[in-house]
Amino acid sequence: MDVSFILIILLFGAGATYFVGDKWASKAALIFSAAAFAATAYIISLYNAGDNVSFMHLWINNPRVLLAFQADGLSLSMTMLTIALTPIIVFTSFGNLFPKTRSFYALILFMAFAMVGTFLAVDGLLYYVFWELSLIPIYFIALIWGNGDAQERKKAVIKFFIYTFAGSLFMLVAFVYLYQKTHSFLNIHLYSTFLSKKEQMWLFLAFFLAYAIKIPIIPFHTWQANVYQKAPAVGTMLLSGIMLKMALYSVIRWQLPIAPLAAAEYKYIFIGLCVAGVIYGSVLALKQNNIKKLLAYSSLAHVGLIAAGTYTLTIDGLRGAVLQMIAHGFVVVGLFFAAEVIERRFGTQEISEMGGIRTQSPKFTSMFMILVLASVALPGTFNFVGEFELLYSLAQANIWLAVIGGTTIILGAFYMLRMFQYVMLGETNTKVFADVTFNEGLAFVIILAVLLFLGIYPKPVVDFITPELEKTLVFINRFNK
Amino acid sequence: MDILIAIAGLGIICLVAEIFNLRKAIVPVTVAGLLAVLFYVAAKIFSNNPNILGLGLDGAPYNSMIANDNYGLAFSALFILLTAFLVAMSPEFHKEHKAKLSDFVAVKLFLLTGAIAMVSFTNLSMFFLGIEILSISLYILAASSPKDLKSNEAGMKYFLMGAFASGIILFGIALVYGATGSFNMTAINEMNRLTLPAWFGIGTIMLTIGLMFKIAAVPFHFWAPDVYEGSPALTTATMSTLAKVAAMASFFKLATTLNPHLQGYLTTINVIAVLSMTVGNILALRQTNVKRMLGFSGISHAGYMLLAFQFQDLGTAQGNLYYYAFAYTLAGIAAFAVVLMVCGNKGNEEVYNFNGLGKTNPLMAAILTCALLSMAGIPIFSGFFGKLFLFNQVLDKGRMVLVIIAVINSIIGVGYYFRLIIAMFTKENTDERQPVPFVYSAVAVVAILLNIGIGLYPELILQLIR
Repeated sequence: MDVSFILIILLFGAGATYFVGDKWASKAALIFSAAAFAATAYIISLYNAGDNVSFMHLWINNPRVLLAFQADGLSLSMTMLTIALTPIIVFTSFGNLFPKTRSFYALILFMAFAMVGTFLAVDGLLYYVFWELSLIPIYFIALIWGNGDAQERKKAVIKFFIYTFAGSLFMLVAFVYLYQKTHSFLNIHLYSTFLSKKEQMWLFLAFFLAYAIKIPIIPFHTWQANVYQKAPAVGTMLLSGIMLKMALYSVIRWQLPIAPLAAAEYKYIFIGLCVAGVIYGSVLALKQNNIKKLLAYSSLAHVGLIAAGTYTLTIDGLRGAVLQMIAHGFVVVGLFFAAEVIERRFGTQEISEMGGIRTQSPKFTSMFMILVLASVALPGTFNFVGEFELLYSLAQANIWLAVIGGTTIILGAFYMLRMFQYVMLGETNTKVFADVTFNEGLAFVIILAVLLFLGIYPKPVVDFITPELEKTLVFINRFNK
Repeated sequence: MDILIAIAGLGIICLVAEIFNLRKAIVPVTVAGLLAVLFYVAAKIFSNNPNILGLGLDGAPYNSMIANDNYGLAFSALFILLTAFLVAMSPEFHKEHKAKLSDFVAVKLFLLTGAIAMVSFTNLSMFFLGIEILSISLYILAASSPKDLKSNEAGMKYFLMGAFASGIILFGIALVYGATGSFNMTAINEMNRLTLPAWFGIGTIMLTIGLMFKIAAVPFHFWAPDVYEGSPALTTATMSTLAKVAAMASFFKLATTLNPHLQGYLTTINVIAVLSMTVGNILALRQTNVKRMLGFSGISHAGYMLLAFQFQDLGTAQGNLYYYAFAYTLAGIAAFAVVLMVCGNKGNEEVYNFNGLGKTNPLMAAILTCALLSMAGIPIFSGFFGKLFLFNQVLDKGRMVLVIIAVINSIIGVGYYFRLIIAMFTKENTDERQPVPFVYSAVAVVAILLNIGIGLYPELILQLIR
């Protein structure tokens, strides 16, 4: 059993979900994503036992493209994040009724397939194929099942598509250029090619364009808030919970080791951009009245910090980034789900129209509170571990960057708690807030359990990812001894 | 020549069948015959033995008129496949003119013989015969709905432009003959370029210009949008897939064999490629008529195919061009099958006809989406790999700027391809669901599956020529 098995389950699941019909589609999607979860867990246990679970096969002879899926701490942890979040995301959607249900759930599974492929692929072209494939399902999910005015939604979604497609095409050019140099797309070969400083700079920028748009780093973020708001909750969760991490992961997997000289040379420019994004996102989040937009901007701030951590080129930065990716994935899915739970009852996303939930549903209030606290990285939550390491890595680069980056915690605490206050507390609204259903509660409990457990005992994850990150770091630092 | 005889014979059988009142049998027999010929061609390619039936084709048969090389055979196979699709769709398309069905099918078959002659010639006179047979068939098909003013206009325009281009080609051939004293491509190829008189170069340039007309590359594209819009939709499908690729393949063969060693020749082709991509794409953005939009998009695809002229190794370049042509034409056939289905009895091809297709007919909407995604170059569809191979080849030659321009054009392309997709999935449909003729959906499904199939196994197509 190797990692390609996970992909097969997901792809088969997507097809099966479509063919079982509208009535059973949601259940089929849950079953297949859960099966993929079980398979991933089993494969990770095999990997820990020292088995070789990678998969490699020739795909195209000339140009030489391999079906190469590599299992290591980094790729498996990101796969696990995707595979763990997918059933949760599917599960959270059970309270909604979608038209064309079977297409919807089939697209979710297909998207999970593409994202897992992106995380596992170590052949540049294969990776690119999966990277682009993941764009198609999310495009349709946001376009067809999104909310709000159809005309505006269309504009937002097509802008998102063209932005990301444009960025990734330059990444494709970079890969083809590298292929000319090495006659291989395999990451190990690409790492060890000799490239002049100038070449590295251009390659770095080509990759940066693709990733900066997807992460997003300012000034490439303009698509984000609108798409998050317009997409259905499931789409937003997929985008913010997993899809952004594709780009952050790719920075570690592809961009830095391929162009280490450029990464070291322009380190401060890119850290500066990312930190600027942190401030920008936080400040904009302060002013939002739409809860999904607020979460989008807060997400912009958090991923900005993660990106800044990766560009510090230290082990703390990389490890903090991976830990925070996992933590942020769970938290942001939880928060968007909370927003969705409120929207189901109040029918609005505007914060000013909410309030008075605490008296009606103390259970939901306490769960939401923990999520908010996790999001602002309170010690004891998993987010604290990641955020702490990220800030520590920034301090190694420059203490002032860490100070500025640290404001994200202060500002974050401010806007998140203020949001909590307006949404949850206050006078009892005339609107009735029915208590959370069992299904909704279960989704929250799973997310919170993961966050709190790993917050108290992060060692298994840290030990799992560190060796691979150290290996990557050797490639990143191979020129500046 | 054996292939040509078989197909021309098939065309004659069509005409005879009409006389004997066997109209119902025409299309099935033709499609079966085409598939049989396709099988024969495939057997020739895979066995590496052109003389597989023992027809005495060893050496240089038929006075070296026809080459039995893989380039010609592979493209012939593609053309036969495309014609089979087009012929299969004709009875449904021409259901109101049943009496003329045999003519339409026969003309398409003759067109196919022209296309095959154009890619497998070794003699310039054979090439000219091919291009004329193809063009004249297309003039007829363009004007084949005589009561429609636009179709008349299209036929006339196409005829005038095409005849003009043919004249230039013929003049070019005459000059080349004057310079070399031979029509034979192999003989011309072996001559020392330095000793040839100057009009050899002039002749090559005239041939180039004439073929650029046929390909509809900018700045020789002005006829294309009008002709595409005015012709009956099935003819537009023929022109934008079969005819375009035939002209492209013969141009590639001609230019690489004549190999004029002219200063700036390749640069000029690059400029034309860039212009075609950019102008085609930008004008396509503004179109509201789907046929016209696909016409402009065809111009930009011609631009991409012209990138194949930047090569280190001829075999690879031929393979890449073939792959791109294969991917593009299959996506085109699938897209046109859906267009024919949707606009069949509407009288126009405006984008709003596609509103709500995602609800009324999810299968056809999904197929059109796949076809458009393939043309836009989104992975797993073969259009992506076509672009990838070409980019790879151009970078191999060190032409980074060309690749960047092509990439920017791919981004522009998304703009108009997605407008159609958005119309299908978000707009409400205006009229009730209509039944899908079986042939249209069958052709669309087979074409798109082949497109995805060669995307998953690109080797399948690449190995035919390399």
